[in-house]
Amino acid sequence: MARHVSTRRRWFVTVIAWAIGLLMFFPILWTFITSFKTEGEAVASPPSFLFFQWTLENYVEVQRRSDYFRHFSNSVFISFGSTLIGLVIAVPAAWAMAFQPGKHTKDLLMWMLSTKMMPAVGVLVPIYLIFRDLGLLDSRVGLTVILTLIDLPIIIWMLYTYFKEIPVDILEAARMDGAGLWNEILYVLTPMAVPGIASTLLLNIILAWNEAFWTLNLSAAKAAPLTTFIASYSSPEGLFYAKLSAASTMAIAPILILGWFSQKQLVRGLTFGAVK
Amino acid sequence: MATQNSRTAARLMVAPSVILLFIWMIVPLGLTIYFSFLRYNLLMPGTEQWAGLLNYQFFLTDPAFLTALVNTVMIVVGVLAITIVGGVLLALLLDQPVIGQGIVRLLVIAPFFVMPTVTALVWKNMFMNPVNGLLAWLQTSMGFTPHDWLAVTPLAAIIVIVAWQWLPFATLILLTALQSLDEEQKEAAEMDGAGPVSRFFYLVLPHLSRAITVVILIETIFLLSVFAEILVTTNGGPGNDSTNIAYLVYAQALLQFDVGGASAGGVVAVILANIVALFLLRAIGKTLEA
Repeated sequence: MARHVSTRRRWFVTVIAWAIGLLMFFPILWTFITSFKTEGEAVASPPSFLFFQWTLENYVEVQRRSDYFRHFSNSVFISFGSTLIGLVIAVPAAWAMAFQPGKHTKDLLMWMLSTKMMPAVGVLVPIYLIFRDLGLLDSRVGLTVILTLIDLPIIIWMLYTYFKEIPVDILEAARMDGAGLWNEILYVLTPMAVPGIASTLLLNIILAWNEAFWTLNLSAAKAAPLTTFIASYSSPEGLFYAKLSAASTMAIAPILILGWFSQKQLVRGLTFGAVK
Repeated sequence: MATQNSRTAARLMVAPSVILLFIWMIVPLGLTIYFSFLRYNLLMPGTEQWAGLLNYQFFLTDPAFLTALVNTVMIVVGVLAITIVGGVLLALLLDQPVIGQGIVRLLVIAPFFVMPTVTALVWKNMFMNPVNGLLAWLQTSMGFTPHDWLAVTPLAAIIVIVAWQWLPFATLILLTALQSLDEEQKEAAEMDGAGPVSRFFYLVLPHLSRAITVVILIETIFLLSVFAEILVTTNGGPGNDSTNIAYLVYAQALLQFDVGGASAGGVVAVILANIVALFLLRAIGKTLEA
């Protein structure tokens, strides 16, 4: 009897959960579907959900008219570039703080985090002027530098929480066996640190890909990543829903897939280890 | 000797990060503070002069500032209310044995990965447009007059758009916290005859309190500077109806080229954010000790 009730309850909960899940996902699904419509079909009333003439012309059109893949490659360049440079700077720092903590390590970590709290508008004016004078406005290098700096505290923090979990005993054992610093890093630490570094990499690519303050303010045409490119659809000419949808689908698909893989790391990375 | 060596090595390894972040923190902020005391407009180069506190006086007494401050608070509070209440409910739901749970979870968290400009434009055009939007069609087919979200209730529209982005974040964190709740504790409470409501208030909610605090603090940091969503939907309008502090400073700097005024606004924004950050850092600092 009890079993019967629990099965019914299970189905009930399942139906509600799926309904809410689909509702949350619907704007993305709708964008995806619309990207295969003609512009006329995209604004048809009543809207058609599945039964229309599916077409790929929007994808072709977006690339032909606005050189979509240049913006795509700008996004790749900026997000991967800033993340990789950030990792190169952050890995030694996090390693040292996790395994050679000094008296002030904790304060140092908190201070690094506090740089992340500074609102971007607080430094928009000087950064804009400095970039203008250095000729870095609308350049991929400039955006990469900025994103490296704003990501650095998160990268250090994430790496730190991962490195912290590597048992120190192992390092001591290696040291006893006479392993030098470099051997220690290469043969003992690296294999244990790789998963943490990989998760950090993943999360930061996602964050950098979607960053939409500095990219919008410091890029216009040449170096515009997808965030800026998509924003140009805010003042469109003529019918554009289907093309907006096609451009959006291509902009979010790769990161959505990466994001789905990084669920667990996301929680930990974004809460600075406070929730695991 | 070895320890001395490794301590030096450790310092050298930390140094690049510290130096970079120090420069990043000090130089632009110092310049912002400096500019905020100047009369400095990009349209009139060469006329910079000391202005004392005039920029602050103009910025703080401008009626747009008060509107922007209220809007900033409304966005933060509105989005927090939706995402915390919704997040707790969704987390409780997803913690149940659901068939295809993994897929449902992917569907729920997906909005978090969509870039802000896409989110804002998709909602603005394909959902909230009073003629061609899906919401308008829904309303019309139910016999109502379509609601022009972005013209009539722009702030509410922005809150809805931003909440859709952040609800997955709250859900994911609260769900993670919920799953660390001891199964035996739940069973013990059930055995003792605690109903679902009292179990929620006396067991689940206290267990979630830390995660809720973390969500509130982190979201607040981001929500204080919502920008892209406003830029591509309403441009802060109509009038200043959907302008927040971040957008106001942007408009002053890059649309009116008033470097001095924008810098004063920037300093105000930094002070506001620091008040929030103080609480956040304290909360995270506690977890470091644990």
